[in-house]
Amino acid sequence: MSTGSPRLGRYALNGAAALSLGFILLPLIFVTWLAFFRQEIPSFPPEGYSLKWFAGAASNKSFIDGFELSLQIAVAATLLGLVLGVPASLALVRHRIPLGPGISTFLLLPLVMPGIVLGTATYVFQIEIELATQLPVMGSLGGLIAAHTLVVIPWVVRLVTASLAGFDRSIEEAAQNLGAGPVTTFWRVTLPSIRPGIVAAALFGFVTSFGNLEMSLFLVGPGRTTLPIAILQYLEWKIDPTVAAASLIQIVLIGAAMIVTDRYVKLSRVV
Amino acid sequence: MARLSLSHLKKTYGALTVVDNVDITVADGEFLVLLGPSGCGKTTTLRMIAGFIAPTSGAITIGEQDVTNLPPWKRHCGLVFQSYALFPHMTVAQNVAFGLEMHKVPQAERGPRVAEALRLVRLGGRYPRQLSGGQQQRVALARALAMEPQVLLLDEPLSNLDAKLRLEVRIEIRELQQKLGLTTIMVTHDQEEALTMADRLVVMEKGQVRQVGTQRELYERPADRFVAGFIGRSAFIEGAVTAQGRFRTGGGLDIACAAAAAPGSATLALRPERIAIGSEADGLPNRFPARIEHASYLGALLDVQVALNEQDRMLLQIPNRVGLAEPHVGETVTIGWAESAGLVYPQGA
Repeated sequence: MSTGSPRLGRYALNGAAALSLGFILLPLIFVTWLAFFRQEIPSFPPEGYSLKWFAGAASNKSFIDGFELSLQIAVAATLLGLVLGVPASLALVRHRIPLGPGISTFLLLPLVMPGIVLGTATYVFQIEIELATQLPVMGSLGGLIAAHTLVVIPWVVRLVTASLAGFDRSIEEAAQNLGAGPVTTFWRVTLPSIRPGIVAAALFGFVTSFGNLEMSLFLVGPGRTTLPIAILQYLEWKIDPTVAAASLIQIVLIGAAMIVTDRYVKLSRVV
Repeated sequence: MARLSLSHLKKTYGALTVVDNVDITVADGEFLVLLGPSGCGKTTTLRMIAGFIAPTSGAITIGEQDVTNLPPWKRHCGLVFQSYALFPHMTVAQNVAFGLEMHKVPQAERGPRVAEALRLVRLGGRYPRQLSGGQQQRVALARALAMEPQVLLLDEPLSNLDAKLRLEVRIEIRELQQKLGLTTIMVTHDQEEALTMADRLVVMEKGQVRQVGTQRELYERPADRFVAGFIGRSAFIEGAVTAQGRFRTGGGLDIACAAAAAPGSATLALRPERIAIGSEADGLPNRFPARIEHASYLGALLDVQVALNEQDRMLLQIPNRVGLAEPHVGETVTIGWAESAGLVYPQGA
């Protein structure tokens, strides 16, 4: 081997990394740029710059309603996902459950399942339930939250399982030795130790639910539209930069949430 | 502090018996060490006392109370874990206060008691990860002591410390234990550690107690062949007891021994440092020519293996005194020992 080839390899690696990063960031850069264009029809070069689309996005009724609904669903689904996912992870990591590895994989499935497939399946399932029980499931807020919980659970299971894997169980025994019962031990020792995983899971679960489009398309009812769907509907009639402005607001909000979270929990360590 | 007793304690997992019929009483303020090779059941015994493992049968009594069926959080025994098991999300003081809080000690009383426990181990400070191994060990000890347990349990407390620190900490723990009069059980596989710290020792193997006694009793009067080989070193010679006080080796040597074992197959155990060499062997009842096979220079001692004949081998430890004639491999020397030096164990013991 010549002495030049390790350096060549490093250049190739850095080049590939830069290329991928550019590929990821380019659409973000264009959306950001576009949000400030003055003209209605996006064309290059821009005719000038303006903030009017932000005002438009912030005053658009269907965007505001969509935002509120998406927020409601995402918060509820994240909480439900944690309530179901944390105990499931504990059980899977701590106990020898029949078909344990199979159940683990099964719980991660919604993450890899195409959104359209998940949406169709949930749609059919909810209709069947409605037919069988005569309860108004289809298009209801409950139905949407239940479906979104499904896409939150894989994040919870994956991240909480990962933080449990490096968990020293003797600290739980230490707590019990010092007089703490099982419930106190869980709240005071177990939960704080896996908090980074839980916080990260909540954040990613929330973002996944908030941005979900494909599955929600099947499940929304009349007068009940999530923000991604409202944006899609707007795009069917107009292509002005209002959509770019609305997207930018979302990106900034989520980015801020990540930065704040990262201050308390190093996300790069748990994900 | 209180008396601790284990009676007929037994733990089986299916067909596997991990702890077999262990009967031990620890007096108030006594430091007892459970010593044995890994897998001998000593840790399982300790975990049964702490309440993390339920015994298959038998009873555990602390003070006057039968705790056999009590959960760990109702047992009042402070355990120091091998890994220290400090709560990483709590400060040192919070770690130590945890037990007090759990035992409903009033807030106002906690501060002074935490300070007192930390003073005992000469510490204060911040989060566990900012402490060295030795400091973490002390926090773990303070945490266990703060709630004034009836019994202190130590699970290989020194095994994660480096050699120098280990020597210091073992003296510290022993002094603290004596000062506070703590009834203590420590588990270890380190013989030297066990010998320096204990009031009494329990040697375990394969789930069973082989011998309970002081350091001197274990070394001078090992109950069986296992203890003779585990506590200190012994050279073993296979053979048979032929008559009262006579032992005939497999290689055909006739040896005088003090033990009154019944005739039949047996093993003779001899401590290497009890064997005299050269002129020092003059006048001893057992004197034999021996050929030097190996000699290791260990500084203060010379470790020598000799052959008495084709079959019988012996270990010698010679102190490195001034003017010592250094043994050479292949050389033949005279070795000898007193009748009382040889211990005879019948086959199977």
